[in-house]
Amino acid sequence: MPETPTGASIRAEALTKVFKGAPAPAVDAVDLHVRPGEFMTLLGPSGSGKTTTLNMIAGFEAVTSGRILLDDTDIARLPPHRRDLGMVFQSYALFPHMTAAENVAFPLRQRKVAKPEAARRVREALELVHLDAHGDRLPSQLSGGQQQRVALARAFVFAPRAMLLDEPLGALDKKLRESLQLEIARLHSELGITFVFVTHDQEEALALSDRIAVFRDGRIEQVGTPAELYETPVSRFVATFLGDSTVFSGTLRGGLLDTGSAHLRAAGPDGACALVVRPERMHLGAEGENTLSATVTDVVYQGAFRRVLVAFDAGGTGQVRDTGTTPVQAGDRVEVGWAAEAGVVVADTPGAAAAQSLDDPVPA
Amino acid sequence: MTGSPVLRRTLAVLGVLVGVWLVVPTLIVVPLSFSGEDSFAFPPRSWGVQHYVTFFTEQSWLTALLVSLQLAVIVTVVATVLGTMAAFALARSRFRAKGAVDGLFLAPLIVPGIVVAVAMYAAFLGWGLIGTPTGFVVAHTVLALPFVTVNVTAALSGFDRTLERAAASLGASAWATFRSVTLPIIRPGVLAGALFAFVTSFDEVVVSMFLQSPNLQTLPVRMFTSVTNEVDPTIAAASTVVLVVSTALLGLASVTRRNRRHA
Ligand SMILES: Nc1ncnc2c1ncn2[C@@H]1O[C@H](COP(=O)(O)OP(=O)(O)OP(=O)(O)O)[C@@H](O)[C@H]1O
Ligand SMILES: [Mg+2]
Repeated sequence: MPETPTGASIRAEALTKVFKGAPAPAVDAVDLHVRPGEFMTLLGPSGSGKTTTLNMIAGFEAVTSGRILLDDTDIARLPPHRRDLGMVFQSYALFPHMTAAENVAFPLRQRKVAKPEAARRVREALELVHLDAHGDRLPSQLSGGQQQRVALARAFVFAPRAMLLDEPLGALDKKLRESLQLEIARLHSELGITFVFVTHDQEEALALSDRIAVFRDGRIEQVGTPAELYETPVSRFVATFLGDSTVFSGTLRGGLLDTGSAHLRAAGPDGACALVVRPERMHLGAEGENTLSATVTDVVYQGAFRRVLVAFDAGGTGQVRDTGTTPVQAGDRVEVGWAAEAGVVVADTPGAAAAQSLDDPVPA
Repeated sequence: MTGSPVLRRTLAVLGVLVGVWLVVPTLIVVPLSFSGEDSFAFPPRSWGVQHYVTFFTEQSWLTALLVSLQLAVIVTVVATVLGTMAAFALARSRFRAKGAVDGLFLAPLIVPGIVVAVAMYAAFLGWGLIGTPTGFVVAHTVLALPFVTVNVTAALSGFDRTLERAAASLGASAWATFRSVTLPIIRPGVLAGALFAFVTSFDEVVVSMFLQSPNLQTLPVRMFTSVTNEVDPTIAAASTVVLVVSTALLGLASVTRRNRRHA
């Protein structure tokens, strides 16, 4: 495809969007640096500003203030058709009156690429998404997954400086979604261009991304590799949004977290905070600096392990990944233990997530 | 659905009767036009095509037919271009008085034809447009516009604007996007609007009566004069021609609209 695979860097500086009549900015002074060739995912709940950010990069939405640098040029005021960015939409957005091959040829036609050269590139692009046999079909004659692969081919065939994907797998069923995830990951490594990918599916984000930017209320809460976000979240919001966890909130003083009904060992600065423990860092049994008595509420068999949901006597619920050989069942009395360093102390993010204390169920 | 077969059969018979009632009086002109007599006697005692020969050779009929055809073609082009632009403006903008402006575009459909005709006559008198080709084009365009805007607006309401974003991201300018994406997709609506515009102009009689001059008459006006001033069965041939042209074009319009739904 691209003769010289190069990815551009994308840098958003204090990027802000205020919709007319909206009480709060949809995107609020976002700083984001996407490195050349990187797979960056914008992750966050519905309405957190992911699409608006992507649309500003693509040029579909006017910027209220801030800059967007593509490599070193500010593109914030360039019309979308001059930005040279490949865009993939959740709804595929294939032109219904053109065949798959004509769709893929469209960006080449706009660039006045010579016919034989264009035909060759269209063929190669369709081969890359395994649709070389379907070039003469209309979009209505293709399945959802096939349509999205055509849309992908159409977006990269002109060797754009970056690919922007807004929930491209959102309209597909689970099985197709997984196979297309692999396809997108492969395309990214083969094309070598920068990908900015929007999703609200955390598993998808963890599976695909070099780095993830977690959005919340129009701001970026944290940017990091999947491992960084999972192991060292900066806030309760990030911790609960990515992966399962058990969360205790309270006040930390001298390495001891006072939740109001229990005292737990944890390392962190003094003050109000939340303690996050991942399910695989907890076990059934009384070993470890921290132990709490609990009742098993549910056991989900997962093959290699069991996901055990518990209700602590001290209030609140938790989740333990149990790999033990003696299975427990709902109603069993158990001890849940973990090491002090297994937990991560994070800011008890204000807002909806922070309203939950030890007495509330942990968000999934 | 309906339980009783008797009821269903009664309804079917009624439906056919109503259809016959609607169509037969109109269709009477067809056998009349092939009458071999110089009268309106029905049923004709002999057959012939003499009325068609008269229609297509006598200067006053032929001129009127050509005037109507030329006028309808010009009106179709003007109304389709303006109406499509108006439909875009209305579909793509959001402002406070939008409902009122939407209604304004439908006004010629709602206001009684005779009122429109009188109003245009008064206005055109001042502008010196009575009896001029420009006057006819302007008047008929006003009458034809709503049919274009209604059809194009309907087509646009089903049009997914993400496609325009996609085209832009792929490097197409606004004009290239319109030409190669938007227009091809809404084309059935535009074509239907154009056909309606043609028929509207070709059939129009009330406004044309007011605008006519002795040397500029449309076919329907010539027909009206014929009925009121003379007993000339040529009018049956003229009616049949108008009937065939209108029915064919409106049939075509409904086919293009059906295709749009199947696309
Ligand atoms: N055209 C618009 N006019 C006014 N407000 C808008 C517009 N588009 C988005 N918003 C608002 O901006 C905020 C961010 O929306 P955005 O579409 O960027 O969210 P998102 O993170 O993509 O959510 P989702 O996961 O549901 O797609 C929301 O509060 C939304 O209501
Ligand atoms: Mg979105």
